[in-house]
Amino acid sequence: MATPIIEARSVSRYFGTVVALKDISIAVHAGEVVCLLGDNGAGKSTLIKILSGLERPDEGTLAIDGQPVNFRSPRDAFARGIATVYQDLAVLPQMSISRNFMLGMEPIRKFGPFRFFDEAKAGAIAREELAKIGITVNHLKQKVGTMSGGERQSLAIARAEYRGARLLILDEPTSALGVNEAAIVLRHVIRARARGLGVVFITHNVHHALPIGDRFVILNRGRVAGTFARAEMDEAALNRHMGGGAEFEALQRDLVALADQLKTGATVH
Amino acid sequence: MTMALPHSRTRELPLGRRIVERPEVGAAIGVIVLWVFFAIIGGSDGFLTTRGIASYLNIAAQVGIVGTTVTLLLIAGEFDLSIGSMVGFSGMIIALGTTQAGMPLWLALLCALAFAVLYGYAVGMLVVRWNIPSFIVTLAGLFLLRGATIGFSRSIAQQPYIGGVKNAIGTDPLQYLFAGKLWESLDVGFLWWIGLVIVGAIVLTKTKFGNWIFAVGGSPSAARASGIPVARVKIILFIAVSVSGVLLAAIQVLSLGSADSFRGQGKEFEAAITAVIGGTSLSGGTGSIIGTAIGALTLGIVRQGLFFAGVDYDWYQAILGLLLLLAVIINQFARRNVSKS
Repeated sequence: MATPIIEARSVSRYFGTVVALKDISIAVHAGEVVCLLGDNGAGKSTLIKILSGLERPDEGTLAIDGQPVNFRSPRDAFARGIATVYQDLAVLPQMSISRNFMLGMEPIRKFGPFRFFDEAKAGAIAREELAKIGITVNHLKQKVGTMSGGERQSLAIARAEYRGARLLILDEPTSALGVNEAAIVLRHVIRARARGLGVVFITHNVHHALPIGDRFVILNRGRVAGTFARAEMDEAALNRHMGGGAEFEALQRDLVALADQLKTGATVH
Repeated sequence: MTMALPHSRTRELPLGRRIVERPEVGAAIGVIVLWVFFAIIGGSDGFLTTRGIASYLNIAAQVGIVGTTVTLLLIAGEFDLSIGSMVGFSGMIIALGTTQAGMPLWLALLCALAFAVLYGYAVGMLVVRWNIPSFIVTLAGLFLLRGATIGFSRSIAQQPYIGGVKNAIGTDPLQYLFAGKLWESLDVGFLWWIGLVIVGAIVLTKTKFGNWIFAVGGSPSAARASGIPVARVKIILFIAVSVSGVLLAAIQVLSLGSADSFRGQGKEFEAAITAVIGGTSLSGGTGSIIGTAIGALTLGIVRQGLFFAGVDYDWYQAILGLLLLLAVIINQFARRNVSKS
């Protein structure tokens, strides 16, 4: 198999007495969507913080294209083509679409000794890049705050890609969105994969993971509870692994029992 | 319109709506109404004479000079309460330097400038590196600089007032850069103000740095994630505010030939008021230099309008407070459409 874009090798991370991650190994190849699933507190956030350079592992190593690396900051990771789009999106609602898109890499137009922001060029780039992902913007001067949540998320992803990302880490990109909005983002993830990007897709929504994932890594209490190829997966299996299998079934039984109790008017403890 | 587009849920607002929602427009309408009002009640008493017009333009210029840089800082999400004290302190440096230390004017100005750069840098570092709110840092600066101004003045000259600057600098041509008349009784300061507004507006809306100012104030985390040097942007703006204080001090000291320890008092609030009247948000991320210029004009017109109408000066502050409140309420309504959704 080809060398993965990014690989975590037996990574562990501790916060004082808390074992946040223990012996995690994960690899993401070009043109592959790896879904990182797990309940709250399973270690998803810590793992993506390590992959994106925000935190360093206490044990284990990261490798980019097979070469061991030591990220000191998200900027380091970005320089190697690893871009993370966080839930808070990194877009500014009060700023126009084109200015948001080009934020931090504004095109410049020189006029004698002066250097001006090239609004026309920024608009052209933003329009073209957004068109690639299927968002048609009529008015680029419009504020991002007027876009829908899905469009904003897509804008953030498109921008990361335009900046030269080879691997996108998407932190719960669909969790705050409705069905149609989520579909916009999921479609975008599939297109990104088709263009040869690697994607780490973090979610706790099985319905969003199943249709787009090539592989599924399930975290539970800081450990890998299982890694599955697409063919091995269906919704029931995924749910079973995510909730901690037997625990989830026990919880379901408890809840059904409680509901029955309430219906029959029995005393509730 | 062409065909319906699959994912575009945005629409262009009618031209009228777009204009009305610009924060400067409300301020501009306000200033015109106020001008007409004062022209009617005070016109015959001198409000419409060249002397009257120059008098409110001069006042607008003074508050507008610091208002311009304060606006940039506010858009970047920070506050400078010490700008008024900075005007007093740097005025004292210029006056003491020329009258007591026997410095040539250029050297005294350079000393004030150097101090302002250092001061702005120090404030900026405390704010961005140590995470102390700029409100606290510059509140400390307000008292520190004002107290030091009075202290230095009294211990060196035994009074809180340094006169004789004009004698000390003689015919130094450099003074005409800051003092003197452009036309009739219109001060040179007016030209500085207009120049600063033009440069400020271009930097804010037409350059990369301007985009960064909006981003830093709109969302520091988003700005940082986009690779913008948030700390550097803020420090540069703190320095710019302090330097504008030196400019105002130079204009005042060289026009009046003296430095007063209490000069510049209240300018920190007047600067913020002009910015807010012009549609700048105190929470950062939005604002306009042109709006602030209109705000400064409003202050000048109200102050001189009341003067020519024979209203006691005491009422100026009360009316300023009312105007501020009114402007904020109007801006709140205008902005509602954008922040929704």
